[in-house]
Amino acid sequence: MLTLITFLPMLGVAGIMVLRQFAGPREEDRDNSARWIALATTTAVFALSVLLVLAFNPASSAFQFTEDAAWFAGLHYRMGVDGISVLFVLLTAFLMPLCILASWRSITQRVVEYMIAFLVLESLVIGVFCALDLIVFYLFFEGQLIPMFLIIGIWGGTNRVYAAFKFFLYTLLGSVLMLAAILAMIGMAHTSSIPALMAYRFSPAVQTWLWLAFFASFAVKLPMWPVHTWLPDAHVEAPTAGSVILAGILLKMGGYGFLRFSLPMFPNASVQFTPLIFALSVIAVIYTSLVAFRQTDMKKLIAYSSVAHMGFVTLGIFSGNVLGVQGALFQMLSHGVISGALFLCVGVVYDRMHTREIAFYGGIVNRMPLYAAVFMLFTMGNVGLPGTSGFVGEITALTGTYAASTWPAILAATGVILSAVYALTLYRNVVFGELVNPALAAIGDLERREALVFAPLIVATLVIGLQPALVFHITGASADHLVAVWRAASGR
Amino acid sequence: MSFAASFQLAGPEAILAAAALALLVWGAFAHRAGAAFVGAASASLLIAAVVAVLGPHGRAFGGALIADPAAIFSKVVIYLASAAAIPLGQRWFARRGIERFEYAVLVILAALGMGMMVSAGDLIALYVSLELQSLALYVLAAFRRDDARSSEAGLKYFVLGALSSGLLLYGASLIYGFAGSTEFGAIAKAAGTGAGTGVLFGLVFLICGLGFKVSAAPFHMWTPDVYEGAPTPIVGFFAGAPKLAAMVLLARILVEAFGGAAHQWRQVLIAMALISVAVGAFAGLAQRNLKRLWAYSSIANIGYALVGLAAGGGAGVQSVLLFMVLYVVDVTGFFACLAALSRDGRSLETFDDFAGLMRERPGLCLAMTAFCLSAIGLPPFSGFWGKVFVFQAAIGAGLAPAAVIALVGSVVAAFYYLRLIRVMWLDPTPGATDAPPREAVAVTYASALFAFPAVMIALVALYPWARVAADSLTPR
Repeated sequence: MLTLITFLPMLGVAGIMVLRQFAGPREEDRDNSARWIALATTTAVFALSVLLVLAFNPASSAFQFTEDAAWFAGLHYRMGVDGISVLFVLLTAFLMPLCILASWRSITQRVVEYMIAFLVLESLVIGVFCALDLIVFYLFFEGQLIPMFLIIGIWGGTNRVYAAFKFFLYTLLGSVLMLAAILAMIGMAHTSSIPALMAYRFSPAVQTWLWLAFFASFAVKLPMWPVHTWLPDAHVEAPTAGSVILAGILLKMGGYGFLRFSLPMFPNASVQFTPLIFALSVIAVIYTSLVAFRQTDMKKLIAYSSVAHMGFVTLGIFSGNVLGVQGALFQMLSHGVISGALFLCVGVVYDRMHTREIAFYGGIVNRMPLYAAVFMLFTMGNVGLPGTSGFVGEITALTGTYAASTWPAILAATGVILSAVYALTLYRNVVFGELVNPALAAIGDLERREALVFAPLIVATLVIGLQPALVFHITGASADHLVAVWRAASGR
Repeated sequence: MSFAASFQLAGPEAILAAAALALLVWGAFAHRAGAAFVGAASASLLIAAVVAVLGPHGRAFGGALIADPAAIFSKVVIYLASAAAIPLGQRWFARRGIERFEYAVLVILAALGMGMMVSAGDLIALYVSLELQSLALYVLAAFRRDDARSSEAGLKYFVLGALSSGLLLYGASLIYGFAGSTEFGAIAKAAGTGAGTGVLFGLVFLICGLGFKVSAAPFHMWTPDVYEGAPTPIVGFFAGAPKLAAMVLLARILVEAFGGAAHQWRQVLIAMALISVAVGAFAGLAQRNLKRLWAYSSIANIGYALVGLAAGGGAGVQSVLLFMVLYVVDVTGFFACLAALSRDGRSLETFDDFAGLMRERPGLCLAMTAFCLSAIGLPPFSGFWGKVFVFQAAIGAGLAPAAVIALVGSVVAAFYYLRLIRVMWLDPTPGATDAPPREAVAVTYASALFAFPAVMIALVALYPWARVAADSLTPR
């Protein structure tokens, strides 16, 4: 089942390559066939992942749907999901068809390659969340640098080459340190199986080094302050769908990595480094919120707000209680939907006007009422208005943090206010006010295709915002298990 | 073992030697059609040698020639790589109007030298085989004798190579003087668990001499110039298999003859390895010519391999064998691709030449991208697995700091590979390229398909085989 979900997009790639031979000589026909195949494949993956979540047994914290085949050198091809990873698979599968739809008309150059890159990316990302072998995990984790580099580098904005290099090299530097740690772990434990390594106890001194190496990779990926500087560049230059994937899914790999590796495998080191994480997270929340407020580029503003929101995630993860871990997981899922939607909102006006300058816009509510309503909803979600999923994630993560440590929680809570400041300012400047710019006079409201992209996102935000138990029910058992390991290590 | 039985063990090499001489004479008398026939015959002979070396194990000529799993493993790769070089080079030379039969004969002689290197069991055999290989390669480097750059490359290669042979020979004589024997087994007994000053002195000279041959820094000076000047298919040949042969020879000396003194040579290797990684990564950043760039890339790669060799023991040698095999395939493919491409009869060599290749030749560009990604060490390409093996061995032997430094070096090097990818994928093309020759395209695609995905399956067989080979080197 997991192998099917993971590699189905690859089948789509093969389909695109084969069908383009038969699609006729016209460039347009080939492009359209690629688009439809990509959409069909990603939709099929989404349907399968819904089935996966329905079949998932939330009462157990063990890995489910496991697969195991021996490879070479003691490596195994192992797959499986638990309460932590299964929803990320669903999130990925959920966002991908929307990305394809969002790129339907905005990508006109090298469409075939673009669709192939996205399908490969989907396959690798799902693989990251399903892999239960360290080396297999690393294969998927590092492999997605390649399609992402090309997506930013080929279909990005004016400064795309710089952004693509920065993204690639930052991430690679973090990852090679993790690779060294992975090789060391395999050498010590004589297994590369993730479940076995979770049960294995490294000595506290070794844990410190391994934790730091993994931290290097996940902190860059998440990203945490001060290694977040690649993110605004990558986000701004990437095409809309690329930003959605970056913000919606790739960042979550960092948080997932902390939950999957750092916490259960190096619990002593995690407890030891909690003050560091708290300090960096609080700085991230406050500092990047202030930075976001000063931005003149819509995408950059949302990119900085992503860094700030990830600060809540790391606080929750390292709070060491169920509420915090649950909140962090929820915040990641919710942020995946909301930030993805916000980038799509920017994409809508960018497709029409080809600029992301905030000062260029103003008063478009007069021309685009539907768009204004949609943008409003996701801005509120970003701020954390009760009723949206953003509220649930922030409040639970902060409550969990408060139970662990008072001051970080109080300081981070100011981030909620700051996020209201920058998000509402952005909204006011773009949507409200007088329509002074004559170029905006003819701007059209959402098309049917665009409305179709936003509809599922709106539903998702409201449904898990109003009924968070849907998520907590699935993540519960695994979160409990994780916290039990943490408690044992910290002696509390 | 009797003399006749010894010859049986050295059968493939004996036949190659005899055939090379026969073809040389035949070629001299056959006029025009000679080159094509000699080429075809040489390639088939090398392929036949691949099958023939899978014979019995043993030691021949009083221990001077060893046929053990390590030698056989290396020979299979060496002969295959040499066989691939022949059609590749012949077509390339034919296009430039310098088709000569000596090319194929020289490749056989070089392959023979390499085959004997990996089988060498004493210092004399080591020196003779190394010289046989080197002399053939000097001539090959200068094969375009009407081209000033090629002649310069040959001369530089020869002068510096002769210097390194001198160092090596001096080291060998010191070892013989202090250990009392040229045979590796006897040296191992004399060196015991720690070599005396004299022997150690000799060993360091020997390592320096071999460092020249594998182009490890700080003995790498000749590499960029020779790679730039020598004809492209020949660079592909001597950037691959000879490095593997010299690496196996180095492993055999260090592990088989000086296995007990590992604590004494390990630091030398680590120093060489880290300098190589640093030189390869940083000096490569300044290159505009791809052949020079790949020279620095190969210096860095040798650095990674030396990190694995420094780990010593079965795991270390196994990792080096695997790393070198994957490296040989990559480098062969890269230079085959380079040899395949030309514009108006002029070979593509600089970054600017490669601009927009994705639109011009998507297939070759994808292959080139695969080689670059493999060289970065990005999964799932073969270069990643090579790095995993050597660094795993190094970390297992307690060399984690060296492994981490080398890994960080690989991130620096990633920059120039990425630059090549960027140029090929994003920049506009300056004009149409000539139709690529079939042979070069075939070798390129085969190597690219090996880099991914075939490597994931091939390793299932290669990994245990390399283990057996490595175990045969390590003293019981």
